[in-house]
Amino acid sequence: MSQFLPDSIVAFLPDAIQLIYFVSKAFFIRGLKLLGSPATARKGNQLAAIGMFIGIIITLFDNQIISFEWIIVGVLIGSIVGAVLAKKVAMTSMPELVAVFNGFGGGASALVAWGELSRFTDPSIMGTSSLITTGLSIFIGALTLTGSFIAFGKLQGFISGNAITFPGLNFINIGSMIGVLVLIGLFTFDPTNQTIFWVILGLSLLIGITSVIPIGGADMPVVISLLNSYSGLAASMAGFVLGNNLLIVSGALVGAAGLILTQIMCKAMNRSLTNVIFGSFGGDSSSGTGGNDGGDKTVRETSAEDLAIQVAYASKVVIVPGYGLAVAQAQHVVKEMAANLEERGVQVKYGIHPVAGRMPGHMNVLLAEADVPYDQLYDMDQINPEFASTDVVLIIGANDVVNPMSKTSPSSPIYGMPILNVDEAKRTIVFKRSLSFGYAGIDNPLFYDEKNQMFFGDAKKSLQALNEALKDL
Amino acid sequence: MTEIPLILLLFIFVLACFIGFELISKVPPTLHTPLMSGANAISGITIVGALLVTGTDGGLVTQILGVAAIIFATINVVGGFMVTDRMLEMFKKKEDKK
Repeated sequence: MSQFLPDSIVAFLPDAIQLIYFVSKAFFIRGLKLLGSPATARKGNQLAAIGMFIGIIITLFDNQIISFEWIIVGVLIGSIVGAVLAKKVAMTSMPELVAVFNGFGGGASALVAWGELSRFTDPSIMGTSSLITTGLSIFIGALTLTGSFIAFGKLQGFISGNAITFPGLNFINIGSMIGVLVLIGLFTFDPTNQTIFWVILGLSLLIGITSVIPIGGADMPVVISLLNSYSGLAASMAGFVLGNNLLIVSGALVGAAGLILTQIMCKAMNRSLTNVIFGSFGGDSSSGTGGNDGGDKTVRETSAEDLAIQVAYASKVVIVPGYGLAVAQAQHVVKEMAANLEERGVQVKYGIHPVAGRMPGHMNVLLAEADVPYDQLYDMDQINPEFASTDVVLIIGANDVVNPMSKTSPSSPIYGMPILNVDEAKRTIVFKRSLSFGYAGIDNPLFYDEKNQMFFGDAKKSLQALNEALKDL
Repeated sequence: MTEIPLILLLFIFVLACFIGFELISKVPPTLHTPLMSGANAISGITIVGALLVTGTDGGLVTQILGVAAIIFATINVVGGFMVTDRMLEMFKKKEDKK
């Protein structure tokens, strides 16, 4: 757009662009900061969006840009697709959508580096450091692209949520990664060699697939969070290729933020990152069902009427929501029940496990959608000391996060994962369709506990029945 | 664009990483999903790179790669910010209920 400006302004343009880039970065930093508190989060997101907008607009004035037709076409298509996806998606599918967006972001960074490379008939004039970052950008971007789409497939159920693996896969993955890095090194010496380039690209895409496939469905939140960090890193690398510090800074911010989030997730599940990436658990029934000595396996069932009496005359009820609640679209019915109980003077709290849902904080979003005030939501650390004084715990569509095997059975794959100590409460009620296993694919001894009652059926229908029964009391 | 020495770019990169770590470390779990989604939208900043690559009068290959990059990045940016806003719109305190 610089060709439309008088020469006197054009002379200052490079400096002006750098200055505006600073403003843009400041918006991102402030935006991320504000995203950290519920009261200001929305404003934070808007600030970040403004930062992005001015960053894009000022870039159009860069004198490197001389044609606009294709830019307009690309931006139009992307905006429409992005907006439609963002408007249409159900809140329960949020993890899938973030995975998809993330994949696109990573893919875009790889394409930027590749596009820049394609401008030179003799890429060696780019210099060694640019060639290295080009290679890294393509590597990280491409693996983010395919990895995110595999994660999407697993969440959506296109691909088995179980850990698909075979002996030696980890070695193949590590070997391929080292292979790509070596090839990037070779590429800097021989940048005109098309074969090396295509092998780097192909291997990177493949690594994205083979490194996410062996990870079980229960660990997908961690994977998405890590891939989010990668997409930031890929953008940052693309920034090195172009010598653009806005990309470097923003990408690094996201890379670091994603890494911290990943760490928080891992801590919540008491697993190390290496364990998640190379451990391949989930759906592995051979090691999971340890502790079943064929003893007392009877379950006690309850009915809506019976349960209504139990909760209506309780003094404290804790609701433990899980992904099953969201799948059944039962958030609003839960809210209705909680309101009814509160009118009767029952204290109602929600106990949210950090990995409830399939993404950190996913359950909070789902409950917020149903207008549940966020000051009723309690983290694991806040709610655990309260279970001993709780009369009834309603476990709705949650399983692994209340599985006592994580404390009692060292052979269990979830051994050591911090759980909600619902077994300390006087009574637990599990809303569940059947006695099937949870996302981690393992049995839950809580179901057979003598203090526990099962309420079988679709979570929404069960809750509606409970609401009816409560009204009749 | 003004050329910046590599070492300075690396310096900027490292500093930005530290800022990122500091910014996120004290976020309540309630906000992890919106935060992930918002941060993800910011990573769409690569759109700036896509604009620079596409806008230059490169060959056909460059154009195609650039436009693909713009489409991908715009989906990430527009979709990411919009869906984050949609999520955060729903976070209300008990008092502000209508």
